[in-house]
Amino acid sequence: MAKAKVNGVEVEFDPGMTVLQVAELAGEEIPRFCYHERLSIAGNCRMCLVEVKPGPPKPQASCALPAAEGQEIFTNTPMVKKAREGVMEFLLINHPLDCPICDQGGECDLQDQSVGYGRGGSRYEENKRAVEEKYLGPTIKTAMTRCIQCTRCVRFTTEVAGVTEMGMISRGENAEITSYLEQAVTSELSGNVNDLCPVGALTHKPWTFNYRPWELSKTETIDVHDALGAHIRIDSRGPAVMRCLPRTKEDINEEWLTDKSRYAVDGLSRRRLDQPYVRKGGKLQPASWDEALAAVAAKVKGTDASKMGVIAGDLTDAETMKAARDLFYSLGVTNLDCRQDGARVGPVTQSTPRESWLFNTGIAGIEEADAILLIGTDLRHEASLINARIRKAWLKGGVNVGLIGEPVDLTYDYTHIGAGPKAVRDLKKHAFIDVLKGAKRPAILVGSSAINGEDGAAVLRDIADIADTYGIVKDGWNGFNIVHTAASRVAGLDLGFVPVGEALDAGAMIRGGVDLLFLLGADEFNPKDLGKTFVVYIGSHGDAGASAADIILPGAAYTEKSGIYTNLEGRVQIAERCVFPKGQAKEDWAILRALSALVDKTLPYDSLTQLREKLITDHPVFGRIDVRPSPKTFDLRAVGQKGEVKDRVFTSPIVDFYMTNPIARASVAMAECSASRRGNVPAAAE
Amino acid sequence: MSVRRLAKEQPASFAFSPETMEKVNWWIAKYPESRRQSAVIPILWLVQKQEGWVSEPAITAIAKLLGMAQIRVYEVATFYTMFMLEPVGSAALIQVCGTTPCMLRGSDALIQVCKDKIGPKDKLSRDGKFTWQEVECLGACCNAPMAQINDYYYEDLTPENLAQIIDDFAAGKSPKPGPYNGRHTSEPLGGATTLSDPALYDGSAAKPIKIPNAPGTEVQA
Repeated sequence: MAKAKVNGVEVEFDPGMTVLQVAELAGEEIPRFCYHERLSIAGNCRMCLVEVKPGPPKPQASCALPAAEGQEIFTNTPMVKKAREGVMEFLLINHPLDCPICDQGGECDLQDQSVGYGRGGSRYEENKRAVEEKYLGPTIKTAMTRCIQCTRCVRFTTEVAGVTEMGMISRGENAEITSYLEQAVTSELSGNVNDLCPVGALTHKPWTFNYRPWELSKTETIDVHDALGAHIRIDSRGPAVMRCLPRTKEDINEEWLTDKSRYAVDGLSRRRLDQPYVRKGGKLQPASWDEALAAVAAKVKGTDASKMGVIAGDLTDAETMKAARDLFYSLGVTNLDCRQDGARVGPVTQSTPRESWLFNTGIAGIEEADAILLIGTDLRHEASLINARIRKAWLKGGVNVGLIGEPVDLTYDYTHIGAGPKAVRDLKKHAFIDVLKGAKRPAILVGSSAINGEDGAAVLRDIADIADTYGIVKDGWNGFNIVHTAASRVAGLDLGFVPVGEALDAGAMIRGGVDLLFLLGADEFNPKDLGKTFVVYIGSHGDAGASAADIILPGAAYTEKSGIYTNLEGRVQIAERCVFPKGQAKEDWAILRALSALVDKTLPYDSLTQLREKLITDHPVFGRIDVRPSPKTFDLRAVGQKGEVKDRVFTSPIVDFYMTNPIARASVAMAECSASRRGNVPAAAE
Repeated sequence: MSVRRLAKEQPASFAFSPETMEKVNWWIAKYPESRRQSAVIPILWLVQKQEGWVSEPAITAIAKLLGMAQIRVYEVATFYTMFMLEPVGSAALIQVCGTTPCMLRGSDALIQVCKDKIGPKDKLSRDGKFTWQEVECLGACCNAPMAQINDYYYEDLTPENLAQIIDDFAAGKSPKPGPYNGRHTSEPLGGATTLSDPALYDGSAAKPIKIPNAPGTEVQA
């Protein structure tokens, strides 16, 4: 450990740290605009000037200056104060004074730092420059006159998002941030540049002029748009969710968020089911809760248990699935499934190890892998932030990636090994096997497209064989990873929301295998397949499920209830209620509890707390909140089932990244993102 | 200098000519394979030499050739004012120096000639043969006023000289570059007044040394 003095106080630091970081260790705040911990150092805003001895007698940019043994750093001398005032004055020369109409107002670094470090007034009397607006896509609104050329957005898109599309053109006073030919930034992480922008040059286009930050109530919760369970903060005003921002969580999302998780929140106030409906004479008619529940109870009582089924959707919380499982098991129903994508993973038998359906390496752990084999996963769209982690590791060097499946742009180089199950079986003959053999920490990532369909279990068996043979799972390292795409999936598998024995799976239930089908927010199917099945839909949005339903019981969306979600690495997290359910809608578990009383199988819990107690008693894995299961070895021979494989191409279940769940499909922002990605920019979108 | 943007009207395509490609490969070969993009500035030059200006298809072609993102080439092309982003005159691109020494020596008059004969600055003339620009110091203050026309400096100009030069270019001739007031380079007008002893230049004052492998000193076999 080296030592340096910051304002006379001695601090120890790791060699390689910058002066800025050392000053922060000492508790000194250094103002900055261009510097960001997760991006490369640019050193162009000059706001972080400090005085350093020994050194030239002038202020130095601390973000780009390596700290040295015995250095004396001063952050509060007259020289530093004057330097900061000077930089601030220059930055404000061309910055418009339009804070009252700027969406960044109230949470703007430039505002805060000009108050903290500026000189209080400007001596500039000449004309300010103006910069033309740029089109950067459906998520980024520009006001380029406000730009201070920190280049955070350029560095983020290039380094983290992996799309080199933004840059700074011209120079000096004419420098402008833009994308090439003003094309939309084609990243699923593009919204993060709006967070990164320290001024109001780039703001969130879908939320333009919707709110002022100080009028929002903020609730820290968990995201459900993919299986990562990113930590988010929902900002609401009254009953409306206004926006969604990432929280820092090093183990999961660092401080990034995908555009879907971020901008789909406007879908929470569209196409909502706010009262029960019962189909009468072929049309859905509004009904009272009593009427609707009585109709459901009558139908349940009149249907044979083997002809009933339940499918849990991708956004369903664990409590709802637990209540549904308890209720329907007590009725003798075993046709339960939580895997709408048909992936053949989960507790097939009692002895199937939990590790066989988890992302065992951990989201942060994937950065340590030195060889990664992706099988049947378009990782960039199925788990964007894991993909960004792999890109980070790839940029550092030292990771070799192979892919079996459709060749897609993953933002890093990889060896394309093959397209389908045959390539998995023939992996031994491919040169990539030497990479796996030679790796110290090899990892396999299996997407649902590899393991769904009739031969899913057989492909999974083949993959487990590879894992077994090449030391993917060993002491201290578990590189066997299933990439789930749904927030509800792991919890569903953990509590056994799967068909056992002869029971029907989701696909069979949809295709008319049952007479009475309960859909818990399950919408990923073609309603035409249902045929004459009587459908009860419990969910929040009017989507495929609701359109096919005979009775609709309105439930709560993820921002409207407290619910447990287990992310793909097996981390149990609790999402909090941010706003109340819409209209007459109820929390989903409470609907099932009410129904249970009507069918004389009253569930043994009257409150969410009691339900959680039961959940944790029956399934102890839910008892440890926000803890990733420690890596364990497990018996790979218990995974999958030997069998013939078909000649097919692994095709990702995510056809359109922006349209993967009912909330996203109800969102106008997502519709615009989707249209932009497909190449047609909607005219007059604003 | 104003905001630099790509031209509104762009050609449909761009292709490196065989001669350009040869030089491009020579430049690329100078850098390690993983640092191909180091050749971007020389290649932009070569493209401009071939086409007269840098078009969007050319930027895309360069990006593809060097394995870099289009925006990175675009950044370089817009940073340096020497890269023309609009088509320039087929006969001549005239860059008149307007910085203080040239201005004091009469560049205003040269600029007026350009305005009269060619039209507004930075715009292609109506016949497509000329473009003229006012540029900052080109480092030939001792020969002020001056203009760079295509690749050469035309120095010690008067409005009459420049008008004649423009007419010559228009007629397809190649006027002689250099000073136009009769002197040699930047020597005094009447010829050199110092260092006139020829013995200074015949090598007699120098200590004899042997330069290894110097051209012209090979031993005749």
